[in-house]
Amino acid sequence: MIVTLIIFPFIAALILSMVKPGKLRDMIVFSSCAVLVVMVVAFSVSSLLGGANQSYLAETQLLDKAMLLAEFGLMGLVFYYSFRYKQYYCALLSAAQTLPVAWMELTGHSAEGGNHIIVDDLTIIMCMVVGIVGCLICVYAVGYIREYHKHHTEYKDRSPFFFAMLFVFLGAMFGLVFSSNLTWIYFFWEITSICSFLLIGYNQTPEAIRNSFRALWMNLLGGLGFAGAILYCSLRLDIANLQDLVTLGTGNQAALIPVILLAFAALTKSAQMPFSRWLLGAMVAPTPTSALLHSATMVKAGVYLLIRLSPALSGNLAGIMVTTIGGFTFFAASLLAISQSDGKKVLAYSTISNLGLITACAGVGLHEAVWAGVLLLVFHAVSKSLLFLSVGAVENSTGSRNIEDMHGLIIKLPKLAFVMIVGICGMFLAPFGMLISKWAALKAFVDSKSVLLVLFLVFGSASTLFYWGKWLGKLVAVIHRSERLPDKLEKSDWFSIYTLAILVIALCVSFPMLSTYLVQPFLIQTFHEPLMTLISSSDLKIMLLMFCTILVLPVMVRLLTFGKRNKIVISYMSGANSGDDRHFTDSFGQESSMYLANWYMEDLFGEKKILKPSLVLASAGLIVLMVVAIGGVI
Amino acid sequence: MQILLKIILFLILAPFLGGLLSGIDRKIGARFQGRQGPPLLQPFYDLHKLFSKQSVVVNGVQDFLVGGFFVFVVFTGCIFFAGGDLLLVFFALTLAEVFLILSATSANSPYSAMGAQRELVQMMAYEPMMLLAAIGFYIADGSFNVSDIVHTGSSAIAVLPGMFLGFLYILTIKLRKSPFDISTSHHAHQEMVKGLTTELSGNVLGLVELAGWYEDVLLLGFIGLFIINLQWWSILAAVLVCALSFVLETFIDNLFPRVKWDKMLGSTWLVTLVAGGINLLILTLIH
Amino acid sequence: MMKISKSPWLLHYDGSSCNGCDIEVLACLTPVYDIERFGVVNTGNPKHADILLITGGINHQNELVVKQIYSQMPEIKVVVAVGICACDGGIFKECYNILGGVDKVIPVDIYVPGCAARPEAIIDGVVKAVALLDRKRELKKFGAAALHKEA
Repeated sequence: MIVTLIIFPFIAALILSMVKPGKLRDMIVFSSCAVLVVMVVAFSVSSLLGGANQSYLAETQLLDKAMLLAEFGLMGLVFYYSFRYKQYYCALLSAAQTLPVAWMELTGHSAEGGNHIIVDDLTIIMCMVVGIVGCLICVYAVGYIREYHKHHTEYKDRSPFFFAMLFVFLGAMFGLVFSSNLTWIYFFWEITSICSFLLIGYNQTPEAIRNSFRALWMNLLGGLGFAGAILYCSLRLDIANLQDLVTLGTGNQAALIPVILLAFAALTKSAQMPFSRWLLGAMVAPTPTSALLHSATMVKAGVYLLIRLSPALSGNLAGIMVTTIGGFTFFAASLLAISQSDGKKVLAYSTISNLGLITACAGVGLHEAVWAGVLLLVFHAVSKSLLFLSVGAVENSTGSRNIEDMHGLIIKLPKLAFVMIVGICGMFLAPFGMLISKWAALKAFVDSKSVLLVLFLVFGSASTLFYWGKWLGKLVAVIHRSERLPDKLEKSDWFSIYTLAILVIALCVSFPMLSTYLVQPFLIQTFHEPLMTLISSSDLKIMLLMFCTILVLPVMVRLLTFGKRNKIVISYMSGANSGDDRHFTDSFGQESSMYLANWYMEDLFGEKKILKPSLVLASAGLIVLMVVAIGGVI
Repeated sequence: MQILLKIILFLILAPFLGGLLSGIDRKIGARFQGRQGPPLLQPFYDLHKLFSKQSVVVNGVQDFLVGGFFVFVVFTGCIFFAGGDLLLVFFALTLAEVFLILSATSANSPYSAMGAQRELVQMMAYEPMMLLAAIGFYIADGSFNVSDIVHTGSSAIAVLPGMFLGFLYILTIKLRKSPFDISTSHHAHQEMVKGLTTELSGNVLGLVELAGWYEDVLLLGFIGLFIINLQWWSILAAVLVCALSFVLETFIDNLFPRVKWDKMLGSTWLVTLVAGGINLLILTLIH
Repeated sequence: MMKISKSPWLLHYDGSSCNGCDIEVLACLTPVYDIERFGVVNTGNPKHADILLITGGINHQNELVVKQIYSQMPEIKVVVAVGICACDGGIFKECYNILGGVDKVIPVDIYVPGCAARPEAIIDGVVKAVALLDRKRELKKFGAAALHKEA
């Protein structure tokens, strides 16, 4: 089953890379997605029923050899692109990590033992996130990419390649979450790096290529850290498994160096502060790519690794490094999001900021913090993919993804505006998911006595509130005499968007179940002690009550206004409006149109103002903490 | 049962108390300016008038959103006075505020849109301090629950003086007092008419007023939370401190001209960081 | 029963006034006259206002503005014309750009003459307007026909 889950997407990718755009390809994408989702659900249910923890494959000589070969292939690919575009440092980085690992394997220095594949509750959670959210994004991509190439005739239609890459990505993610052997994780890790590089460069414009190389070198740098960790583990500690490393590292200084190196790799992957720029650059790619990179895969691989490492991060310098960088990223990225008007850029900064929060949760290493981190991961994946898909849909329908142009979307594209509202509320408002986990995270940070983290969180969530609030405000503006726009979305697009919207709402009602059946067992197994109740059941009831209140609000309002009928008039513009709420008579006696813009506060929170200082600060912090931590061990 | 009683008491008494406070505020303000001022019950007359007038709106969703604001402010107050979780109180209050902001932006009117943006800045300014205060209570008394916080041996203010000062500072924003009443402008300075509430009228505006009263009582309840402990006299002390804080806010209201939004945001965050942050640091170290 | 007249909120609109009356209107808010004693609030927003208080005559520029502001005020409302210009055009009546008093464009309920109108007179006008608010409300309650006859 597991092997099929990993192999199947690769096969689908292979087929898709050869199929020309058309009905046949649509059918293949839909059916592979359906098969994947069914398999994921079947796998999760059967694992849950049959006791979640299983491990497989102790001896894998042959497979290891094949993987080594594939790794050389990946290195060759990086070399090819580096030389083609004259970005030699990428080739250097790639060689620097692949060759030592290969040397280690070939000369028999690599540590043996342990199972290569381990399944536990976290694996199931990740598997469902990758499988379900990832497949919905692939389904959406079918309609999207067709519309995309209608709009952007300047780009070459490389959609077979595109779909192939999406599925390779999913396969690599499955491989990554199932693997326990460090070399295996590393192998899939590299695949995701290179896949994201190829996907970001899809349009082959100079900007796309520049951004894709930025993503590549940053992720390769992380890969270098990963390779270093593998070498250290094999040569010094004689450990091959992630689980063994974590067990050794818990409350022990011996494993600190590989843990730090792995954490470093995870920080680059999940686009934490000094490395945040690759994720922003990834915006040049078509929306499904961004959605996939941001919500279900790629960045989630980084935080997944951190969550796995979290027991080994508790209360040591590695943990302090991770929490400081994560907390700082949460704060700085949410400030930066204020000054952005491009919808996708706001989403990107919000992703970086939320990943910062998950990172900080994992770095704290207390089980309540990890509880919050896992839930954040799930909620974020669903809400964020919903937002990305709806922004992409708006872009395809109106030709712009600027938030300013979404003014009055509730009239122009009511259905899309509505799902977008659901997504945004899911990101920051009670009683929706993200807020619940933020709440738990806050409690955990307070309990871990980290004042700095608490301050980052309270200031960061205040600015989060600001940028989501103003976006929400743009959506609900009701403009007189504005027309409904034609709905250009295909049925499959709507299917993905609606399913995700329903998932956001369903998760916010059913998350206690998710917590009891999946997150808690994982935590008990990892931390060997049961979790205290973080959010009491009475609070949960109140949240549920809030949720119901929102649902019955329209009726209540009718009662509150005593059934009075309101008279509708035009808005107040000092009596100078000329007939509607969009035009006014100016001081020359002529009609001018009115335009309402949101606040972006460029002078305070602009990229020009705070991006560079925060990158410098984060890099300095990262380097100092790493040096201190590693130096402390040596 | 007792909780239900508390909720009902809050639902009935809070508007009277809130209205009375508002009347006292106007009276004191007038006296500061050497005027006789309106009758003490003026806010009630105003509210009655608003509910008896025709309501003109710009669109069909405004009253729905304002209704949401009202319901959730009252809901928040109920959680607080029933002894619920402080963090939940703030999250629910945030939800309520977002409803109000959406009602203003939905109007597509320049003044209310500007008011909405300013309100968002205000929220961004006070939110950190509110959360920090709740965290302060949690570290000091070991619980986020209001019912547990009031059942402790000593007043929280003894270990949370910085938090208290910070909270007083943001109370000026929350009670919509000058120098920070930048989103609605209560006084006669009308560069943006009435900001957030420009496009509301009649009973819809009445709901906003009424919600404001509930909110004022909730905020004073929070001030009281700093004082109340197991001793009976602490309740008297809390009432006294609440009254003093309220008069202080009125005093500030009449003393200071309005500031620009960036001054407000900067100064509030600074006060939060200095007063709240240092208090939190010391508290974490000694606990 | 609580009367609507206990809380009259007013909107002050300056037509083409010479500012003489405007200053007198603002003087009403000062400690000396303190019109807030009667619960009067200067709202500056037609949607909140019960009384529209206009100074100065109507010209071509502000004709539509006055009409629009009047239409944006919720029922029940009263219009007070303050100063002789607002009453019938006053000294500017014969000017090429002046249409005349406020009653050329919207129905006026109370006329407060004077050049400039004294604060006492303005307060008197406002108090009369307040009384009218109550009457209008009763009339509205007991049938529109009665209101018609009254007018």
